[in-house]
Order: sequence, then structure tokens, then C-alpha cells
Amino acid sequence: MFAALANPHRFMGFSRWAAPLCGAVAIALIAPGLWLGFAAPPDYQQGTTVRIMFIHVPAAQTSMFAYACLGGASFFALVFRHALADAAARAAAPLGAAFTVLALVTGSLWGRPMWGAWWVWDARLTSVLVLLLLYLGYIALRAAIDDEAKAGRAAAILALVGLINLPIIYFSVDWWNSLHQGESIFRPGGPLIAPVFLIPLGLMSLGYLFAFGALWLERTRAEVWRRRAQSLAVQAAGR
Amino acid sequence: MSDKYAVFIWPAYGATALVFAWMVIDTIRRSAGWRRKAERLEKDEAS
Repeated sequence: MFAALANPHRFMGFSRWAAPLCGAVAIALIAPGLWLGFAAPPDYQQGTTVRIMFIHVPAAQTSMFAYACLGGASFFALVFRHALADAAARAAAPLGAAFTVLALVTGSLWGRPMWGAWWVWDARLTSVLVLLLLYLGYIALRAAIDDEAKAGRAAAILALVGLINLPIIYFSVDWWNSLHQGESIFRPGGPLIAPVFLIPLGLMSLGYLFAFGALWLERTRAEVWRRRAQSLAVQAAGR
Repeated sequence: MSDKYAVFIWPAYGATALVFAWMVIDTIRRSAGWRRKAERLEKDEAS
């Protein structure tokens, strides 16, 4: 499938219907997720702040997923010098940064009433902040170098080095003493969360992933159009 | 929902709505803009 989509024409044909389809699936998942989230009873410990979890956890998961996509696309762009992979990497970065900002902001708004602090230099929070800095560094590096090919290679190396941060984020709650709660969904013995919270959380998580998929495909399309326009402009200037 | 935590919950949902709105609008605007430009240049090249 990846080999087939590596052809920009085939990718544009595929993404033309796949992007709106992913968007529609995202809406179909997020709408009931929001409804069930607001209908859920207050948690016995967190009270109604549990409703922040339905937007915080999916944002955090999507921010990491987006970075994995950025890293994967950067690998193909760097090793195989694939222009479409480079376009996909460039398209993923601002979306990943936006989801990371959401994870940090919503986490902070949950932390203030529950922990008594907007921010703590905890391993999980700090590693997610590093993730945001990696996204911003990637975007800044691409913008700072005029030669797009060089900029793409330099940014791809940064993206690949930054992949090491993903397992650090995931295992930070196990490796260090952390104020942040540990893994409560994907754990041996099953989730620790009651179904009344788990179902809206699952719907929202899947909805966020499909929303990212729709936006990523559309931004990659925009990047392909941009490169096509620039190439045509150069040709026109040379005539 | 108007309990003592509403002051934290609504800003969280508001920030999420704003960021999603930015992502959707910026993505559609970029895609449509570059597509229009590329198609115009293709037409110029053909003529």
C-alpha cells in the first residue's frame, strides 16, 4: 500500500476521498463521545473534572501518534529521498504541535484543581514539553534554511533523533516517581477505568486519530499542490 | 454543568474547540489556496 501511495498521482487520487471520509468518521466518533462524556457521572475522586480526561488523554495520545508519523515519514524521506514522504513529514508537524499544546493546556486545567498546581516538573509533563519543543524545532529548522532539500534533510535527522522521546514519554510514569497517574488502559489485567468513562474515552481517542488522519492527508495534499505551483512558477520564470 | 470545577472544564473544552477550529480552517485554506495557484499556473502553461 505504501509503495502504491508513494506515487504522488495515486496519493492525490486516494487522499481526495480518504481525507473527507476520515473527517466524517472523526465526527461520527467525537459527537457521541462528547455526548456520553457529558452524560457520565462525576468520578468518585476527580468529581466532574473527569470530563477533562475525555479531551486530554486523546490529545496526548494523538500528539505521540503524530510524532511517530512524522518520524516514519522522515525516515522514508531521508533514506529513500522520497518527496511525498518529505511532504507528509512537513504536513504532520504543525498538527502534532497543536495536539501537544492541547494535551499540555487541558492537562494543566485538570492539574490545578486535582494536584493544586498548574504545572510540576514531573517526568511525564516534562517529556511532553520536550515533545512540543521537538515539533517547534522541526518547524523552525525547516523555515530557517532556504534550500528546501537541505532543510528537509536536517529536519528529518532532528525528527529521527526525537523519536527517542516517545518511549520516554510512555514509560516515564514507570521509570520515575511521578505525580502523573500510571497506565490505566493498556495494561495487563485490563483497563482500570469503569466502562461509563472508558467508552466515551475510547470514542474520543479514535475520533482524534481519525481527525488527525483527515487533516494530515489534506495538509499533505496542500504540500503537493504547493510544490507543483512552485515548480510551475520556476518553469514560467525560465521561459 | 455549573459546579466548582466548571471554571476549569469549560476553558479546557473552549481551548480544544479553538485549536480544532484553527487546524481545520488553516488546513482547508492552505489546500484550496495552493490548489488554485497550481491550477492557474497549469492553465497559463497550457495556453
